[in-house]
Amino acid sequence: MIIEAGRTERHYWKDLWRYRELLYFLSWRDILVRYKQTAIGIAWSIIRPFTTMVVFTVIFGNLAKFPSGDVPYPILVYAAMLPWQFFSNSLSEGSNSLISNSSMISKVYFPRLIVPGSAVIVSLVDFLISCVILGILMVWYQFAPDWRIIALPLFLILALMASLGFSLWLSALNVKYRDFRYIVPFIVQFGLYVSPVGFSSSVVPEQWRLLYSLNPMVGVIDGFRWAILGGKSEIHWHGLCLSTSLTLFILVSGIWYFRKTERIFADII
Amino acid sequence: MSESVITVENLGKKYLISHLADNRERLFSNLLVNKAKNIFLHCGKLLASPFAKIHSSSIDFQEEFWALQDVSFSIKQGERVGIIGRNGAGKSTLLKILSRITEPTTGRITIKGRVASLLEVGTGFHSELSGRENIYLNGAILGMSREEINRKFDEIVAFAEVERFLDTPVKRYSSGMYVRLAFAVAAHLEPEILIVDEVLAVGDASFQKKCLGKMESAGKEGRTIFFVSHNMDAVTKLCSRGLFLRSGKLVDDGTPSDVIRRYMETTSRLSGRIDWNDVVTAPGDEVARLRMASFRNEDDEIITTLDIQKPLRVAIEIENFKPGTRLIPHLQFTNDSGVILFITAFNNGLDSRPLPAGLLHFSCTVPGNFFAEGNITLTVTVNTYEPVVKVHVLEHDLLTLNVEHTGGVKGTFPYGWPGVVRPRLQWEYRAS
Repeated sequence: MIIEAGRTERHYWKDLWRYRELLYFLSWRDILVRYKQTAIGIAWSIIRPFTTMVVFTVIFGNLAKFPSGDVPYPILVYAAMLPWQFFSNSLSEGSNSLISNSSMISKVYFPRLIVPGSAVIVSLVDFLISCVILGILMVWYQFAPDWRIIALPLFLILALMASLGFSLWLSALNVKYRDFRYIVPFIVQFGLYVSPVGFSSSVVPEQWRLLYSLNPMVGVIDGFRWAILGGKSEIHWHGLCLSTSLTLFILVSGIWYFRKTERIFADII
Repeated sequence: MSESVITVENLGKKYLISHLADNRERLFSNLLVNKAKNIFLHCGKLLASPFAKIHSSSIDFQEEFWALQDVSFSIKQGERVGIIGRNGAGKSTLLKILSRITEPTTGRITIKGRVASLLEVGTGFHSELSGRENIYLNGAILGMSREEINRKFDEIVAFAEVERFLDTPVKRYSSGMYVRLAFAVAAHLEPEILIVDEVLAVGDASFQKKCLGKMESAGKEGRTIFFVSHNMDAVTKLCSRGLFLRSGKLVDDGTPSDVIRRYMETTSRLSGRIDWNDVVTAPGDEVARLRMASFRNEDDEIITTLDIQKPLRVAIEIENFKPGTRLIPHLQFTNDSGVILFITAFNNGLDSRPLPAGLLHFSCTVPGNFFAEGNITLTVTVNTYEPVVKVHVLEHDLLTLNVEHTGGVKGTFPYGWPGVVRPRLQWEYRAS
């Protein structure tokens, strides 16, 4: 093995595989600590999406009377809430992950990609727990999904790529410029309003559709809705292609920027 | 014929110290503001307008600092190398580069074999998790697979002597238990090359003995060891080769005793007193900083030479920033060969007491007819022990004192009188 300035580590990807168990252990640690530190611990991953769904249903469904087709409004909202919470949690935790693990980063070698990776995995665990609520909701409203539900894992992978891509960018930028941690909550807030969580994408007029689809989460959320609600929800296929390509671009460029800045992490963290 | 496992060629590491105008943090918003300023300046120059006279004090600039310069050496398999040098000489930077934590600026290193680094005890430990959980976590961070940790689990627990407390959260552990557990995990790594940074500085005597023992056995197993320490005793006992770093350059490379002697000669300070007038540069952290250390005689005069029969008074001043902190200063005396004569602590093994904030004056008196002849060097540390041991100040080899024979225990004996100390003790006799 040769250590030299500017030498791209060919070992890096091999090392990522070698350290794969660390990814598990870091995620396990974060979940365990959350469980031990709070009285409600695991229940938090259920309470958060549930209460947001209730609030949205009351405000947008009952008061503002947003159209929901013939799908019960809570399920419409919840189907979007699921991927959105996953994405926003990944972003919030992931963007700060390097800084909060700074003591490890300055003392031990391991492929740093694992750190934001573990933040995304923790959010994934929350997501899976929240899926249980969706199941309960569907039983409650006696709403059965059709064959399109098979596509759900694909959209989950899309959500994963978007979360990881953004987390890589933000976590690396946060190490270099410390004020990025104040920008993240703003991005998340703003994203919630321009993503089809409280409303359905069908309310967006045709001429704005493509611009609107620049938001990677539009493709993900529309996809989730399409898969869960069956034919009752439409997918705008051009928009989906745009969102997907943007997501891929962010992921690949995120990995590039992260690797580039990784060299100096230990020096500036 | 063993071949080189580590080859270092012309290694250099440059850091950029930024001198930010107004001393701000590195912020993205500042980056934008500065870009705007630069554009403004540029336009100003083009238009030759008053804007061009923007004062230079608002410009940020960066200074280059070479932590390591042109370091070259090679290590063969099975060698045990000790790296010594003053604080700031570049020892930790060298270890960080070898551990792949940071990249070199110039030069290259070729390493053959699996490397494990122990730069800090308890990396990744989380206080809320139990001992058992932390063993897995720490092991994984250090590069052990889950299967490996399972296999060595019982050994690790036995080494750390924490069987009864395995399932209690680590925040309840005593500082000794904490450090033992952390070292136990690291001690069971089985790398070809082991890199260790001053781990022995924490913990009590039995722990340090255990650490040394483990490293010695690792050496016997033919592993290559890279060891940074200020404990010259340990370096002499453990290492087969020494490297002396000073201000980023490799100054000496040879047997441990030769290198240690060279180090002691070049770094001792014969002045009797050392002050830090600017609190910002004084050694320490946000809790406590060392402001002054001095050798004095019984009449409170600063001395550089001590009469062997007379008592020595060591006076130090520590600035305490947090009222109520239970600071415990320690004084450590080493002789010419780097042997630690003794360490004395403010509380003398009793309970610590909370101290007020501000400049605190401590002094300690070593009785006359105790030291042996020769040079003795002072090292000062200031620690707190609750909840875990934390070192706030650690300054090695600050002052040197020359102890002169004027009589006392040796009397008029014409030859040398061996011994690291020369105490005058009570003798009794009776005829039967």
